[in-house]
Formats: sequence, C-alpha cells, structure tokens
Amino acid sequence: MPGSARRGLQSASVTDQTRDTATATPPTLEIAGRTLRCAGDWTLDAGDRLARLRSAASAVSGIEVLDGSGITRLDTAGAMLLLQIAAARGAGGPGWQGLAAEDAALLDLVRERLAAGGERPAPAAPPSLVARLGERTWAHLEQVIGFLGFLGEAAVAAARLVRNPRRLRWQALLTAIEDAGSDALPIVGLLSFLIGVVVAYQGGQLLKTYGANIFIVDMVTLTMVREMAPLIVAIIVAGRTGSAYTAQIGTMQVTEEVDALRTIGIHPIDLLVLPKLTALLVALPLLTLFADVLSVFGGMLVAWWLLDLSLFDFAERIPAVLSWRSLLVGVGKAPVFALIIALVGCFQGFQVRGGADSVGRQTTVSVVQSIFLVIIVDAILVVNFGSWGLR
Amino acid sequence: MTAGPAIEIRGLSTRFGSLLVHEDLDLEVRRGEVLALVGGSGSGKTTLLREIIMLLEPSGGSIRLLGDELAGIGEDAALRLRRRFGVLFQMGALFSSLTVLENVMVPLREHTGLPKEWLRELAALKMALAGLPAHAADKLPRQLSGGMLKRASLARALALDPELLFLDEPTAGLDPLSAGALDELVLQLKESLGLTIVMVTHDLDSLWRTTDRVAFLGERRVIGLAPMRELVQSPHPVIRDYFDCPRAQAAGVAYRAA
Repeated sequence: MPGSARRGLQSASVTDQTRDTATATPPTLEIAGRTLRCAGDWTLDAGDRLARLRSAASAVSGIEVLDGSGITRLDTAGAMLLLQIAAARGAGGPGWQGLAAEDAALLDLVRERLAAGGERPAPAAPPSLVARLGERTWAHLEQVIGFLGFLGEAAVAAARLVRNPRRLRWQALLTAIEDAGSDALPIVGLLSFLIGVVVAYQGGQLLKTYGANIFIVDMVTLTMVREMAPLIVAIIVAGRTGSAYTAQIGTMQVTEEVDALRTIGIHPIDLLVLPKLTALLVALPLLTLFADVLSVFGGMLVAWWLLDLSLFDFAERIPAVLSWRSLLVGVGKAPVFALIIALVGCFQGFQVRGGADSVGRQTTVSVVQSIFLVIIVDAILVVNFGSWGLR
Repeated sequence: MTAGPAIEIRGLSTRFGSLLVHEDLDLEVRRGEVLALVGGSGSGKTTLLREIIMLLEPSGGSIRLLGDELAGIGEDAALRLRRRFGVLFQMGALFSSLTVLENVMVPLREHTGLPKEWLRELAALKMALAGLPAHAADKLPRQLSGGMLKRASLARALALDPELLFLDEPTAGLDPLSAGALDELVLQLKESLGLTIVMVTHDLDSLWRTTDRVAFLGERRVIGLAPMRELVQSPHPVIRDYFDCPRAQAAGVAYRAA
C-alpha cells in the first residue's frame, strides 16, 4: 500500500471491514543492504505474523538503518515490536527513516512509557517445602483458634439473648426457619423417600432368600430413624443452607456491610448468626422427623411390592420395633448437627477476605467442613450412645 | 477518506416495565473526541452507556457503533466489535483472583494467539501506558489503592488497542490528586493513541478539563450537547439547575479563569 493511502490510528477503521484481516496488509520485513525495511500493518490483529517476524529479525545482523516508510498501520503492540527489533541491533540502535510523524510519536510514547514503568522486580523464589509445610500448618492452626474464638463470641451472644429474650430478632428468625426448613421439605422428602426405597430393596432381596420377610420392618425402620434420616438431612442442609450462610455473610463482608453493622452498633453475630443458629436448631429436628416418615414410607412400598408384605402389616409392626428411645437417638442428633452446620457456615462467611474468589473458596470449605464434622460427630455419638445406655 | 461518527444513536427508547428511561434519544459521538454524559441521578446515563457497550438491549431505536448497527447484530460481528472498544467500569471490575498483569493479559490471551512471553511484555506495556509502575504487576486487585485500581482497569481496557474507550465514573472515589492525574492520563491517551472517549462522570473538574463536548441527559433525551463553556450558558431550566449550584460555579470560575 503506498504511503499516501496510509491511515493513522485515529481513523484506523474507516469502514466496517478495515479491521478484518482479510483486507489488511500483512506486516513484512525486508533486507536491502544495510537497511531493514518494515511495511504493512504492524498491529495486534496480525499478531501471529509479528511474532514470527520478531524471531526472524533477531537472526539478521549488520543493519544500520530501519526504514518505516512502508508501514500502513501501527498500534502499540507493533510499536513495541519495532522498538525491540531496534534495541536488539545494539546499544545506540540503528537510525529510523521514513516513519510517519504520528508513528514516530507513538514509538516515542511507547519508549518513554516503557522506561517510566521501570523494571519489574524478579518474582520471589517459591518457598521451600519446609516453609510451605509450616505456612499451611500455621494457617490451619489459625483457623482452629479463630473458630474457637468465634464459638466463644457466639456463646456470649447466645447467653446475652437468653438473659434478654426480647432482643431476639423474630423477623430474621422466622425468615431463616422458612428458608432452611419449609423450603427444604420437597428435596428432603424426595431424597429420603428414595433412600428408604433403596435400603429396603437391597435388604429385601437378602431377607427374601432366608424367608425372613417380616424383618424388613426392623431393618428399614431402625436404619432410617436411628441413622440415615438425621445424616441425610444434615448433609442436604449443609449443602443447601450452610453454603448459603457462608456466601451471604461472605458477600456482606466484601461489601463492608458487616463493618457497617458494627458501626451502627449492631453486633454482627446478633443479627447474622443467632437467628440462623436458632432457625436450624428448630428446623433440623423437624426435617429429620419428616425424613423418618418419608423414608419408612418408601421402605413400606418396596416391602409391599417385593416381599408381599401389606402396608397394614408393616405399619402394625413399627411400634414393636421402634422404641421411643430409638426415635430420640435419631432426632436428638439433629440439634447437634444444626449447631455444627450453622456455626461452621457462619464462621467461614466471616473468614472471607477480598473478593469473589474468596467467597467461593470459603463456601467450599464451609460445606466440606460441616459434612466432615457431621459424620465424625455422628460416629462419636453412635459409639458413645452404647455406654450412655441409649442402645 | 472521511471517517463516520464513532457512535450514532437515533430515536433510542428504553423502557423498564412502566418506567420510560429514554424516549426518542439522539446522540452522535465524533471520532477522536472526549464526550461526557452528564445528568441528574436516574437520568439514564449508565443505562445509555450499557446499551452502547452491548450489555443491555434498548427497547427501540438504532445505535450504530463504529459503523455497525447493534440491533440484530450477529454473534461473530458482536465479538469483532467488542475487540474494538475497551471499558473501564466504575468499581474497576478487575478479576479478584488474578494479579494485575494477569488481568491485563486476559483480553490479549482471549483474542490473540501470541506466545506467552510476548503477552507478558505487551501487558507490561499497557500497564506502563496506564501509568502503573512495574512493581504493581504481581499485586492482587485487593492490594491496590483506589487510584491504582482504576489505572489497572484502564490498562485492561487498553489491552487490545481499542479505538473507543468507555469510562464509567473514572474519578469517582479518588482523592483530588489521583483524580487530576487520571484526567491528565485520559487526555494524554486521547492525544497519543487517537482514542475516542465516552465517559459518564459527575466530576466537574473532569468535565472542564478533559471533555471536548458534553451531552446533558434529562427529560429522557439529550437536552444539551455542546462544549462545557457553552453548555453552562444554556437557558434550559434543568441544565441551569445542574450547573447553578455553588460547587459547579466554583469549578467553572476556576477553569474559565485559567
């Protein structure tokens, strides 16, 4: 393209297609004696070609003059490359000729800005294995200490509330119960029903071969009520509600809403933690009872269909199998799980620092930790129930 | 070769439910100028900006951006167009999990197939163009001050050598010194890179210092479009109210004296 048709950056795109590579002039380098001639569009759009020209130019030696008269378009990426090619030619570098005024100005700007930016400091060497191990250990210790502190704060706030129950925020509490409790009924109901079906089906096959069909009632009822229902409910609520608590408090932390509460004189734990904690303490046992009913019902249907045990026979045997004690062991675990889920969820929310990525990270940690703790505590309780005479 | 306007808006209307934000709005942005959108709160400045940068579809009317009609634009054409403008969001909108350098590299990596080493160099150049020191490269957005955050975001907006730059309240939340420095930077970029710049701002100093023309939004339309010097003389009651407050007067006096 002749120099007369050149376009400055300002009007680099006159019609819709000028930026399309199809109509652009590819950048070229040409050696003529001691002159290196640059031509074409030296822009980011031709990035692949520019990258190739750069490696080609580094192999050329003995250049004294750089000619830019053939350059049709130049942007900052192209300007940087021209400067690099010139710099590779030696200390003073070769002289420029034929550059259009605005291109020369752009080269000057890029040269000046690159110099003004200064050197980027070398990235710090990655820490050694021991240092990393120490850092990780310390970070975990800090988490534990932080959690204990949070537990203390929550306990103090709860004690304050018990002494002065009128301070309870009913609105927040009722909303939280609705969110964590009644809104969870469909998913809890469906999943516990299906687990009841699965357990009855798996066990039923075995019992049938022994002709011990009636014991399906014992198996389904005890497994579900004592163990499975509380656990399923806790896991669903940890994933559904615990994560929401972390995300909500975490986002409020990012947007400084938590700090705003403090300055207004509202303790964040009073407003953000206690209603949630109370709500789960109420909702989780109720959800567990609901799951008990639905899962046993699932077992009943399978027994009827697979083992020819009528619904009536099944129902009649339940009181004989299920003692009040068993029911309490199952439902009694729910408040403990509720404590774990609410406290871990809220604590991880307050651990959020910075921005969106931190909210995501802490939410993951929150769900993993609460499910982990729920199962550990469940194991400890089950083993100890025996020695507490709660078999 | 004569260049058409950078942005051409004809008969634009925007409706949110029963709320009419814009009605029969016309606006033309020339190439190479700095144009500011001003107007009272709720006059639809940010909405208009979002419509121009294709984040929001207007209810009616036509927007031509760099010659392309936005209504019914195809995916590919939209993508090509997006490469040609950069946006500085009000809060910076830097990706919080990436360092400054990585943030600037995102558009470069997405739209060019360049070797990684070169991407780094280019990103460093953009940082330098935005006036960021090189040692900021490895910082995370949350470790930056307000002014640095805007500059980092500006570096990302400049990554692909755009022809058009949109700034949403570039000086909001900055101290006067940083705000002034950012104004100078905007002017410098316009001069040296030949950018067309559209900004939404409330900063009267910016309006006087950086803009070629100011579009005043009110009564759902552009009710004034003129250089600042002329706009403050406008007899329109809404514009008069806006510029008649003591703060506006003080800024005007300072700049007209200068």
